[in-house]
Amino acid sequence: MTNLTDLGIAAIRKGVVDGEFTATEVATAFNAAVAEAQVSLNAFIVITPEKALEAAAKIDADRAAGTPLGTMAGVPIGMKDLFATHGVQTTAASKILEGFMPQYESTVSQKLWDAGAGMLGKLNLDQFAMGSSNETSAFGNVVSPWRRPNDTAPLAPGGSSGGSSTAVSARLAPAATGTDTGGSIRQPAAFTGISGIKPTYGRCSRWGVVAFASSLDQAGPMARDVTDCAIMLEAMAGFDPKDSTSLNLPVPEWTANLSGDMKGKKVGIPREYRLDGIDPDVAKSWDDGIAWLKDAGAEIVDISLPHTKYALPTYYIIAPAEASSNLARYDGVRYGLRDLPDGAGLQDMYAATRAAGFGPEVKRRIMIGTYVLSAGFYDAYYTQAQKVRALIARDFTEAFKLCDVILAPTAPSSAFALGEKSADPLEMYLNDVFSVPASLAGLPAMSVPAGLDRSGLPLGLQVIGKAFDEQGVLNASLALEQRAQFTARPAKWW
Amino acid sequence: MSSYRIQGDTGEWEVVIGLEVHAQITTNAKLFSGAATAFGAEPNTQVSLVDAAMPGMLPVPNFECIRQAVRTGMAINAQINKWSRFDRKNYFYADLPQGYQISQLYHPIVGEGAIEIQLDDKNPDTKKTIGVERIHVEQDAGKLMHDQHPTMSYVDLNRSGVALMEIVSRPDMGSPAEAGAYLSKLRTILRFVGSCDGNMDQGSMRADVNVSVRKPGGELGTRTETKNVNSVRFVMAVVEQEAKRQVALIEDGGKVVQETRLYDPDRNETRSMRSKEDAHDYRYFPDPDLLPLVLDDAFLEECRASLPELPDAKRQRYETALGLSAYNASVLTAEVETARWFEVLLTETAAKANKPEADVAKQAANWLISELFGALNKLGKSLETSPISPAAGAELLALVADSTISGSIAKQVLEKMLETGDGAALIVERDGLKQTTDTGAIEAAIDTILANNGDKVEQYKSGKEALFGFFVGQTMKAMQGKANPQIINELLKKKLA
Repeated sequence: MTNLTDLGIAAIRKGVVDGEFTATEVATAFNAAVAEAQVSLNAFIVITPEKALEAAAKIDADRAAGTPLGTMAGVPIGMKDLFATHGVQTTAASKILEGFMPQYESTVSQKLWDAGAGMLGKLNLDQFAMGSSNETSAFGNVVSPWRRPNDTAPLAPGGSSGGSSTAVSARLAPAATGTDTGGSIRQPAAFTGISGIKPTYGRCSRWGVVAFASSLDQAGPMARDVTDCAIMLEAMAGFDPKDSTSLNLPVPEWTANLSGDMKGKKVGIPREYRLDGIDPDVAKSWDDGIAWLKDAGAEIVDISLPHTKYALPTYYIIAPAEASSNLARYDGVRYGLRDLPDGAGLQDMYAATRAAGFGPEVKRRIMIGTYVLSAGFYDAYYTQAQKVRALIARDFTEAFKLCDVILAPTAPSSAFALGEKSADPLEMYLNDVFSVPASLAGLPAMSVPAGLDRSGLPLGLQVIGKAFDEQGVLNASLALEQRAQFTARPAKWW
Repeated sequence: MSSYRIQGDTGEWEVVIGLEVHAQITTNAKLFSGAATAFGAEPNTQVSLVDAAMPGMLPVPNFECIRQAVRTGMAINAQINKWSRFDRKNYFYADLPQGYQISQLYHPIVGEGAIEIQLDDKNPDTKKTIGVERIHVEQDAGKLMHDQHPTMSYVDLNRSGVALMEIVSRPDMGSPAEAGAYLSKLRTILRFVGSCDGNMDQGSMRADVNVSVRKPGGELGTRTETKNVNSVRFVMAVVEQEAKRQVALIEDGGKVVQETRLYDPDRNETRSMRSKEDAHDYRYFPDPDLLPLVLDDAFLEECRASLPELPDAKRQRYETALGLSAYNASVLTAEVETARWFEVLLTETAAKANKPEADVAKQAANWLISELFGALNKLGKSLETSPISPAAGAELLALVADSTISGSIAKQVLEKMLETGDGAALIVERDGLKQTTDTGAIEAAIDTILANNGDKVEQYKSGKEALFGFFVGQTMKAMQGKANPQIINELLKKKLA
C-alpha cells in the first residue's frame, strides 16, 4: 500500500480517478498527519478535518455517479490564513482578527474548491504576511520539519508562507496556497525543499485575500514538484471582475504544455545577483543550475539588471506605504478585536485596539509606511521609490530582449534558526534580496529545490520569466527539477 | 470685480469667495460597489462587503458614475482628462470604514471649466464668468448617529461609498449674491444634465465655502473654509457673516487663521471647528487597488451625444426663436422640470391651436408663469405635483388661442380644472363659458349700459377717455365675461363716437 501522504496532486487525482484509493482515504490520511504534527510544527492556525472529509465525500460520490472530476479532485490542501474562507476563522495570523468569520469566500479558494480540492485547515503565516521566517505570527512561530544533522535547534520554515512550506515539506498536505509580496512563496519553498510559483501580477484574483501591499500581492501554489504547481496554478488563476487589477486573459494550459526541453531557449544570468560574499554553497547550486539548463539545451547569456541594488530599499518603501493604508481598516469599529478602555473616546479606542491587536513587525511597517507617505517626505520616499520601481521593471524588459528566462538563487542562504535574525529587522529584510526585484516588476517567478548545502539543508533556484510567461518559467523549472533529482526530505522527528 | 464691499472702520474691504461643492451623483449603485443608494433607507441596509471594508475587499469602479462626471464636465465646457487616477486620502474616523477615502487628488477626471452667472435676469450687464478649477470623483463617508444611545454613537454605512463629484470653483466670486447665483446655476446645470438631483435639504448637494477679505485690489487674505453648508441662502449668509467677522477681527488687530469652520443657522454665525495646527496629514497616494482610469473617444462621444440642451442655450433659444422676454426665458430655464413642462405645453398648444410654436409661446409662457404658478402656489403644490398636465394646460390655452374663451374666463376654467380635474373643453361646454361673438347681444348690452350711465358718457365725451375701460368692464360683466373683448371694443368705440 502506498503511503498516501507521500503523494502529490497529480498522483492523488490519478489514484482517485482510477479507483486505486478513495478521496476519503486520502483526506483521512492527511487529517491524521496534520493532527499528529500540530503541536510540534504549529503549521496550522485552525484545522478543519471535517471540511477535508466533506469535500472528499463529494468527490467519491461524484466518481461513483460518473460525474466528471475537476483537476484538483480528491486533493486536500492547506489554505494560507490570508485567504478569507466562509465561516472559517480568518486571521492573517493577527490578534486583531482573532475570531473573525468571513461571510464570503475568496475567489482563489473558491476556484480550488470548485476544482475538487478540500481544505485541511488554515495555515499559519507571518502576521499580515510581513516577515521572512514566520516568527511574526500572533499564533506562534511555525517550525520547519528540517533540522541540521545532529542538531535539534528549530529552524525557520521561511516566510511569510511558513505554514504552507512546512505543511507541504512535512507531508501534512500535498499542496498549499501561498501569497507572495516580496518572496513569500519562493523563499519558504527554497527553505523547505519544495516548489512554489508566484505568477504574473494579476493572474490570481486578490478578492478576499487580506491585503498587505496591493500592488505586489499575488497568490500562487506551493507543492512537491513543478507539475503539481502547474496543475494548481491553473485552478487558481483567471480573470475576476471583482478585482480591478486582475488580468483579463484566458488561463493557458500550462500543465498540458509542460516541457523540460530548453533547446532554442536563452537563459540570462544577472551579474548583479552575484553579490560580494555570496554563500559558496548558494553560488555552487547556481552554477549547478546553469549546467543543468545547458544540458537541457539552453544557451546561457550574461545579462545585467543594473538597478538591482535599489530593489530592497524600494520595496521597503512601497510595501509599508501600501500596508499602512491597507491596515487602517482594522480599527475595532466593525469586526475583529476591540479594546475600549473605561471612558475611552474614539481615538483612545483606535489606539488601544491597534496597540493590542498588531504585532511589533506590523507596527514597524505601519510606522515606516505612514512616515514615507507623510507631508514633506512623500516625494523624497514614495515618489522616488515609484520611479526606481519603474527603472527596475525596465531593467527586466531590457534583459528579456536577450533571454527568455532568468536564473538566480532564491535566497542568499539556506534556512536559519528561529530567533537567529529576529532581533535585527534589517538582516531579516536582506533575505528578500533575490526575490524582491521580480515582485516589483510584477513578473512570474518560481523556486525549485536544487540540492542540499553543507549543513544538509535545502537550497532553491529561482527562475524569473517575462510577464504572462508562466509557461517559460514552469518549463525551465521542470528542466532543473529533472536534473536536480532532489529527493531529500526531512526525517520525521515530530 | 464685484462692487460688494464690507464697510469697516478703516475703510472698504473686498470679499473673495471660492466654493467646493459636493454633489452626489445620481446612480443606482455606489462608486466602487454594487450597493444601492436610495435616500432614507433603514440604517445599514445598503451596505456591501466593500462598503464595510471587510478584509480582502476590493473596489471596482462603477462606470455610470464616471460617465455622469464626464457629462457634467462637458456641460461646463471643461477639459476632460482621458487619463485620470484615484488616490487614497487617509484618515481615521468611525464613519470611514476603509480608513481612507478614495478620491482624486493628483489627476482629476475633469479639469478647467467655467460657469456663467447673471445676477439680474433683466440686465445682461450683470453677467459674470466663474471659473471651475476641477471636478473629481470620490466616495462619500457614512454617518454617525449620536442620539441612539446615552454613551455610544452608532454608525450608519448606507452613505459609505456613495459617489460624489467635488466641483471646485476658482476664487472668482466677490459677494454673497455672486456665491448664491453660482451655486444656483451649478445646481440648475447638474439637474439639466441629470448627474445630481440637487436636493440640498437631503444633503445630495452641499458646499464648503472659502472666504477671505482684503483691501480693494490688495493681496489675498488668509481664507477660512466653512464646511457642509446645505442651502443657497445659508451659503450667502456664511459669506456675509464670515466676511464681517474677518474684517472686525483684522481691524481689532487680530489675524485670520486658516481653519475649518461650521455654520450655525440658528444663530447665523460661523464657529471654529479645527485649526490648521490639528489639520490632518492625509497621506494621499495613488490607490494600488485601482488602475488608472483611461477614457476612449467612443466613450467621450457617447457622453457628449447624451447631453441635453443646457440652460444657457435653452434660455437663448427661448428669447430669439420663441420671442420670450429675458425674464420669462430665465424663469422657465431655472429648473429643468419647468423647462420640460413648458416645452410639452408649447408643443401641445401649438398642435391643438394649429399654429407655429413661436405664435403661442408668449401666451404659454405668461400663462405658466403668472397663472399656473400662482394657482399651484395657493395649493402648496409644485409643477412636479401639479394636478394639471401640460396637455391639459394646452387644451385650455388652445381654447383661448382660437377665441373660444377669453383670457378672464380662462382663469375661471383653470380654477375649475384644479378643483375637479376635468378637462378645459368639458368645463367650458358644461358651464356654458364659450365666448359670445353675437354682435346683436353685445350691442344690446352696450346700449343698456350707456343708457344707465348717461353722466359717464358725458364725461367721456368731454375728454375723460379713461372711462373707456369702465364701459368695457361693465359690458363684459353684463355678458358674464363671455363676450369677445375685441368686438366689445369695436362696438363701444362706434357707439361713443
